[in-house]
Amino acid sequence: MKADPIGVLTGSHYLDGDHACAEGAIAAGCRFFAGYPITPSTEVAERISARFPYVGGIFIQMEDELGSMAAILGAAWGGKKAMTVTSGPGFSLMMENIGLGAMTETPCVIANVQRGGPSTGLPTLVGQQDIMQARWGSHGDYEIIAIAPDSPQEAFDFTIKAFNLSEKYRVPTMVMLDECVGHMTERVIIPPAEEIEIEPRRYTKLSPEEYLPYKPCEDLIPEMVKAGDGYNVHITGLTHNEKGYPIINEEVQAVLVKRLVDKINVNAEDIIITEEEEIENAEVIVISYGITSRVARMSIDLARKDGIKVGSMRLITIWPFPEKRVKELAKKVKAFVVPEINAGQLVYEVERCACGNANTYLVPHYGGGVHNPQDIFDKIKEAMK
Amino acid sequence: MAKTELRITGFGGQGVILSAYIIGKAASIFDNKYATMTQSFGPEARGSACSAQLIISEEKILYPYIIKPNIMIAMSQEGYEKYEATMKGEGILIYESNLVKPGKNRTKIKKYCIPSTKIAEDLGRRIIQNIVMLGFFTAVTGLIDYNAMKEAVKTSVPRGTEELNLKAFESGYEYFKKQKK
Amino acid sequence: MMQTQKEHPIAPFLRMDRIPHIWCPTCGIGTTVKCFCSALSNLKIDLKNVAIVSGIGCTGRVAGYINIDSFHTTHGRAIPFATGLKLANPKLKVIVFSGDGDLIAIGGNHFIHAARRNMDLIIICVNNFIYGMTGGQVAPTTPLTANTSTTPYGNNEKPFNIPHLAASCGATYVARWTALHIRRLTRSMEEVLQRKGFSVIEIVTPCATLYARRNRLGDGLNLMQFYHDNSEIKHGADTKDIDIEFQKKIVVGKFIDEDKPTFLDLINEGLSRKLGEKFIKYA
Ligand code: SF4
Repeated sequence: MKADPIGVLTGSHYLDGDHACAEGAIAAGCRFFAGYPITPSTEVAERISARFPYVGGIFIQMEDELGSMAAILGAAWGGKKAMTVTSGPGFSLMMENIGLGAMTETPCVIANVQRGGPSTGLPTLVGQQDIMQARWGSHGDYEIIAIAPDSPQEAFDFTIKAFNLSEKYRVPTMVMLDECVGHMTERVIIPPAEEIEIEPRRYTKLSPEEYLPYKPCEDLIPEMVKAGDGYNVHITGLTHNEKGYPIINEEVQAVLVKRLVDKINVNAEDIIITEEEEIENAEVIVISYGITSRVARMSIDLARKDGIKVGSMRLITIWPFPEKRVKELAKKVKAFVVPEINAGQLVYEVERCACGNANTYLVPHYGGGVHNPQDIFDKIKEAMK
Repeated sequence: MAKTELRITGFGGQGVILSAYIIGKAASIFDNKYATMTQSFGPEARGSACSAQLIISEEKILYPYIIKPNIMIAMSQEGYEKYEATMKGEGILIYESNLVKPGKNRTKIKKYCIPSTKIAEDLGRRIIQNIVMLGFFTAVTGLIDYNAMKEAVKTSVPRGTEELNLKAFESGYEYFKKQKK
Repeated sequence: MMQTQKEHPIAPFLRMDRIPHIWCPTCGIGTTVKCFCSALSNLKIDLKNVAIVSGIGCTGRVAGYINIDSFHTTHGRAIPFATGLKLANPKLKVIVFSGDGDLIAIGGNHFIHAARRNMDLIIICVNNFIYGMTGGQVAPTTPLTANTSTTPYGNNEKPFNIPHLAASCGATYVARWTALHIRRLTRSMEEVLQRKGFSVIEIVTPCATLYARRNRLGDGLNLMQFYHDNSEIKHGADTKDIDIEFQKKIVVGKFIDEDKPTFLDLINEGLSRKLGEKFIKYA
């Protein structure tokens, strides 16, 4: 399916990452937005509130992030593509209903423009400290999808991608921007609508008599309906069977939770997007994401000038983690260097997948700025020893 | 020149951010360059020394922040004082001659000034001071194509004010050209 | 020979494959569900266009038993979920059916803001003065001095007067009944199903297992008897005068019913005015 031209501002724009994210959402067909103002994500909401009246979307500023997250789930079941956007503290408040979204397999997009934490932390300055929270933040076992853009252009492109993935896999999908990308203004090229591929909702063609809301298709994803279609569905956050009815026992729990986890993991290869560069002869690979991958590129250039064989693996999707690929690479290289604007989060995934075959070096940054390229370069040198 | 770092500073309401936005837009949309703009946010950004930063480059920009500006446009004394040191004694300083009195110590900095507020007032609206400054900047530095700048001004200012803003731009541009003659 | 049993008149409105329900014998929640189904039945509404949303708690389970599109959400978030559902498909009649703790304690912020916006939702708030699902803890509606498992020496907090809270925040329909007033309650439900705007019906309902027992008030039937002897119908009463005190008179009736533009009305009107032709009217 192609994008509806009404929402696509085709042309070259000079936009910040927040605004680009908003345009991506609108282009992707988002027509319901609920949010609560919080720095540095507010500009996304502002842009959407200004643009929605022209595209037939409805914007509501809720009383808090708990309500915002619940509202987008409701809107998704009402038949809209829905989104909320937040930062740090607001992301924490959304967690419970992100779990409801995962459990009820509700397509929706949450953009988190990350700032430095913990707590109120650095409202106006960059961080990448919510990476693990994105994956594990709500209680219980589930999987989500998370994408980290590194520029306003990618904020546009990958917000569309996030909507598409959330529809395809019926899972809350997160666009993990950061303050730097969100507040940075660069050229954003918005293609014509007919060049934007849109994943339609997986509505069932079965009759109400045949349809079971949680009966998975071959790819483990069940088909959806919306309220008002006459299917009389029951949707609950309780453990439920294929009919959607609550069944509180360990057998049904096992079937359900296993599928919620498997539907992402089994399809991981289809979901994962990474960019690799000069991996072939590399002795050290820098694994990075978001704004940090741009800074890491400078360090890689410095290292190459120094004669070091260093490759780059940039994660565009951070969840699911490219486990298979990292395991493969671990057998070929000496070490991984992982710069992150946090005290070490994704580095643990890298370390886990390295399985002791390669060393793993973290280059931490505690937030409020990006790395000094020299620091990453120094770590690359250390990793070569 | 592969990469230029630029800082614009002034007080809130002078259009500091819009000025940087227009230069960035001119460079990246109408002049085939790359331009990354960042700005300060929060309470410190609302005072008398708010600042926008811009990197303009022929190549893709990686590191998003400026390290040492090659060009600084100062529209307030406080902004000038706060950020002058980041130039490390080199580069081009462009300033509003009635609002900024630069120190005399840094000899390697090339200084250019314009009474942009006065010019804007003479044109009828003080608010277009920053656009006068942009015209002046374009003439002084030659960094961005003149037509690209005009296009960016035209497409960035509120509808209905294009003509006035372009006039402001011309006035700033001509001010330097005449001075040079 | 098998006896042919006549189907209960509200059976078509229930998910009979989920019966028996989880509620205790003589719990009043079932009565409220019956009234709701009767209202749907009497009005002959196309059930396709009705959706129900519950939060968490004993009443939160209502969504699971009614055979229409039904959503059992998280604790306190039924109203914002319903807000999203309603705005995404304004054709739907969306009913939030939940308990006092869910709607007024953990969900209190959403309640007051949805009322302020006159969001086009029907709120059916079953008030049993206690947290049932978790075993009888104090609620924001527990009358002063009442005993609960977390106020073992009696409740010392002043409770909310739900109709007054709703009215003060902008609700455009406010009524209170008890589970005994089935005809009047059903009529109220019919009324709200036919109107627009934020409509609140509080239903004082017996929780025999926890509230009655802890307070030595007998069983469900005794509570119904108490409602019978102590409720006073006062339509149009000033909501500030209808606090509920422990085992004292309960003022019931319809207190507010006024026509005011809803959230969506105002959005569509305001944006049309401001943007004219270019505005794409929502839904
Ligand atoms: S605990 Fe009380 S409210 Fe809950 S089902 Fe039993 S009687 Fe009803």
